[in-house]
Amino acid sequence: MEIFDIFLLEAVLNGLLLGGLLALLSLGLNLIFGVIDVVWICYAELIMCGMYAVYYLHVQYHWPLLLAMPCAIAIVAALGVVLHQFVIRPVLGAEPINQLLVTGGVLFFLQAAATLVFGIEFKNLGVALPAIAVGEMSFSASRLLAFGVALAGMVAMYLFLTRSYLGTAIRAISQDRAIMPLMGVSPTRIFVVTSALGGALAGLAACLLVLQYDIHPAIGLSFGPITFLICVLGGLGNMLGGFIAAFLFAQFISVGGFVFHLEWGYVIAFVFFIAVMFWRPQGILGSK
Amino acid sequence: MLSLDNVSAGYSGFQALFGVSLEVKAGEAVAVIGPNGAGKTTLLRVISKLIDPSAGAISMEGLPLAPVPAHEVIARGIAHVPENRRLFPRLTVEENLKMGSFVPSARKKYAENIELVYKHFPRLKERRMQLAGTLSGGEQQMCAIGRALMSGPRLLLLDEPSAGLAPVVVQSIFELVRRICTEGYTVLIVEQNIRQVLKVVKRAYLLEAGRIVLTGSSAELLDSREIQKTYLGL
Repeated sequence: MEIFDIFLLEAVLNGLLLGGLLALLSLGLNLIFGVIDVVWICYAELIMCGMYAVYYLHVQYHWPLLLAMPCAIAIVAALGVVLHQFVIRPVLGAEPINQLLVTGGVLFFLQAAATLVFGIEFKNLGVALPAIAVGEMSFSASRLLAFGVALAGMVAMYLFLTRSYLGTAIRAISQDRAIMPLMGVSPTRIFVVTSALGGALAGLAACLLVLQYDIHPAIGLSFGPITFLICVLGGLGNMLGGFIAAFLFAQFISVGGFVFHLEWGYVIAFVFFIAVMFWRPQGILGSK
Repeated sequence: MLSLDNVSAGYSGFQALFGVSLEVKAGEAVAVIGPNGAGKTTLLRVISKLIDPSAGAISMEGLPLAPVPAHEVIARGIAHVPENRRLFPRLTVEENLKMGSFVPSARKKYAENIELVYKHFPRLKERRMQLAGTLSGGEQQMCAIGRALMSGPRLLLLDEPSAGLAPVVVQSIFELVRRICTEGYTVLIVEQNIRQVLKVVKRAYLLEAGRIVLTGSSAELLDSREIQKTYLGL
């Protein structure tokens, strides 16, 4: 019985670690939606691009990881700006369904382009971080690292959004876009900055995921749908909601997977999602 | 300080202003009065460049506003308190004020300006950490005016500051506007509450269906047959 308890605790703690990562994933998507009112369906594909960037810079060009990773973040941030300027901006005034379809198109474009350029074989960094044993429990060091960095990234984001002028303007614009020029703020510029931030968050997620997972052109499908569901569960555009939903979701996956069977964790998590949607279609903290 | 010369403007398929000319001199408090739908709000929106005039010229301190994009108008010394206050409801009072000092020239004077705003509106200081959406109507109007003052403007545009407020609060808002007018700000105020606003300003224009139909000192307008009959019910 005692053994069972300690493994349950291990599952809970692993769920916590997973939750941090999922929270980081949902943060970028929520930021973009909250500010620009557009869902980047291709968000996870930007992460995939970031993972390839780390891989090529490190494995092919032998850059140290600590240089390759910031560089990959910058590359994905730039991708976010390109995505906004050339794909989102022309459809800003269009119907939501058209905006959804156009970013969906980018998803398939990036997937196909990655297949063409990088091939379909699985690639990995070949860096294996050790498992860390705490008593009878064991945790993956890369997960611990991912959790720590994700948390630090979110705290930095929180401080930026609440303390700086630009961050305050980003929160303000999601509440009243039309009067921003009266404050001396150009909405166009804020959208570009927000897209770069959203991209940078995807890049950061890429750096953390590439330590744990193999890279292939369809890797986005492993994170994209779950990230989107978490955002919807928390209330699309609500960053705090996304944060709570990520940790809830991760516990269902981790503990559910431990009590029953690994795949059952996901089944339980999705049943929970569907149940919440019946109860609160706008999400846990969503409004209207 | 501000001059409009034959300005026409409108929205797609509908013209709201027809050849409006007006002048506001430095240190003056001027009102534009008129009924609902006369084009008063459009007039202020044209000055702030939120919409472009279809004809005519606007200049501020002798320089044309035509080439200035909307978000740079505030840097030219014009602050606009929009209709219905339009605070950011989920930002705190202090964050709303901070947004008013977004332009680089105002950021440097943030500490100085916020002290000034809190001196004018001690109530805002008490509520500085409160979300703006939870303020009462009168407090929201104070916050909106305070936010505009945070940019250190030379010209203040006020759009219907009394709209939607309880009669008691309307009194105190006009008292406040009177105080701002005597503090050396140049003020252009748009109001439907004609009797009250004419007590505060020295001079006014009557706008009807997009055209200036009457202008004069407040006393002259209060005495005019037309205003008495149509607007004051005398």
